[in-house]
Amino acid sequence: MDNDVNLSVEVAGVPFKNPLIAASGTFGFGEEYHELYDVGCLGGICSKGLTLHPKDGNDGIRVWETASGMMNSVGLQNPGVEAFIETGIAQMRRFGNVLIANMGGHSMEDYVTGATMLSASDIDMLELNISCPNVKSGGMAFGIKAEVAEEVVRAVRKVCTKPLIVKLSPNAENIVEMALACERAGADALSLVNTFQAMAIDIRKRKPVFNNVYAGLSGAAIKPIALRMVHAVCKQVRVPVIGIGGIYTAEDVLEFIMAGAAAVQLGTVNFNNPLAGREVLDDLAQLCRREGITDINEIRGVC
Amino acid sequence: MKYLVGEVSVNQQITDDIWVVRVSCEPVEAKAGQFYMLKSWDTEQTLMRPISVFKAEEGCLWFMYRVVGQGTRRMSFLEKGDAIRLLGPCGNGYPCEQIKGRVALVGGGVGIPPLCETAKTLQRNGVTVDAYLGYRDVLFAVEDFEPWCTDMFISTEKGEEGYKGFITDLLKPEQYDVVLTCGPEVMMRKVAAMCAEHDVTCYCSLEHRMACGIGACLGCSIRTKSGMKRVCKDGPVFLSTELMW
Repeated sequence: MDNDVNLSVEVAGVPFKNPLIAASGTFGFGEEYHELYDVGCLGGICSKGLTLHPKDGNDGIRVWETASGMMNSVGLQNPGVEAFIETGIAQMRRFGNVLIANMGGHSMEDYVTGATMLSASDIDMLELNISCPNVKSGGMAFGIKAEVAEEVVRAVRKVCTKPLIVKLSPNAENIVEMALACERAGADALSLVNTFQAMAIDIRKRKPVFNNVYAGLSGAAIKPIALRMVHAVCKQVRVPVIGIGGIYTAEDVLEFIMAGAAAVQLGTVNFNNPLAGREVLDDLAQLCRREGITDINEIRGVC
Repeated sequence: MKYLVGEVSVNQQITDDIWVVRVSCEPVEAKAGQFYMLKSWDTEQTLMRPISVFKAEEGCLWFMYRVVGQGTRRMSFLEKGDAIRLLGPCGNGYPCEQIKGRVALVGGGVGIPPLCETAKTLQRNGVTVDAYLGYRDVLFAVEDFEPWCTDMFISTEKGEEGYKGFITDLLKPEQYDVVLTCGPEVMMRKVAAMCAEHDVTCYCSLEHRMACGIGACLGCSIRTKSGMKRVCKDGPVFLSTELMW
């Protein structure tokens, strides 16, 4: 860490040594990327999206490249909350940064049970995924209507003793209303955006590419929209916001922070460049120096 | 596994849609049947492309690839001296050290090149290697197999070269201790079924769309008899009896 630039930030009382967090679903439990670089250099890591019970995920094609981005329909393949507590946490702990468990659900009961179990475990924060577009029963439904989201966040809040981040879907009817509802229900922070519901068709087969027909769009293509949403939400809520959506470069990071984000997540860029986490971090310190920024917190929300 | 910058020394079209690229890079750690994630772009394309090792030599790797979409088309524009990024070696490769006796390599189309390094490794381990190479029409890479193989069988669909028909018509699995196959799924299924009939061990190398190539994204997961497996990390080579197809 460069001493002349302060990159450390705080999100809901949790200190991060820098604002870069690996986004859920793109980074496993950190282990694979740790073979390439010390992933402990990141501010934090969000686990692969967990569900109460193990899930095999979706059949058929799961990833598909698009212009300046990609679509995915993995469908929350994961070992379940219990297995994560047994082995995943210890694996992630050795990196020495902020450990965020990302959890989705199919029903109110699943969310509450999972959150209860994770609250009793050694995680630093819980990121509640109310926005996965790739799970047919539920998931997305919680992320579309503000009143449904409010109900699930309220229920989770009651049992959750960890700082609670709620991850929002850009597919929400109204992203600002959604953010306000989650804040009202007790979220300590918000992260946005998850993937945009999108579609691709195989014209030779005359069929949708994905078995689920629709899938989630991510990558550089969504960045300007994500930035607009983060900006709009930051203007209205008091809780810290973690910006997500097509962040590839240190310049992108500064844009999101200037839009009001407390921290950011790197997702799809990890596939384009497996060293992205470390490289963006190095670039960020240099960029701040070049721009005369001595403390990254001083530019937050200037736009 | 490392993320490397390589330099293209050859990039040549060898059939309508098959190209071969030779990349100088250090270190070369690839084992038979492993692959690399390649990209010759910055962020113009999002994902790297998984391409199997054709030949691994001191200080350089050869890849044979078929131009099927935007990524591989971009790769075909590479010229001598251009930089290319490599992530790998990825995947498990064929378990060459466990293989003894007489082996058949059964390749189809662009599934042929990944078997070449395997032929070399096995031959050097004292294994007798026969190659069964099935082509659509135009042959490629045949001479690369010749130094390592005892017998070679060639087929084309319309009989332009070698046997007319499918390569599986020529295979007699009962003559072998192990059969290794790579190619179109329909061909590998046939090979696997023939091996099962004669109780011969068969390994299949699968091709799959993938995003990370290192086991993190679960974009290439398949259902197997022992649960969900990642083609990129747990494969691409699987025992045929593990597969559910």
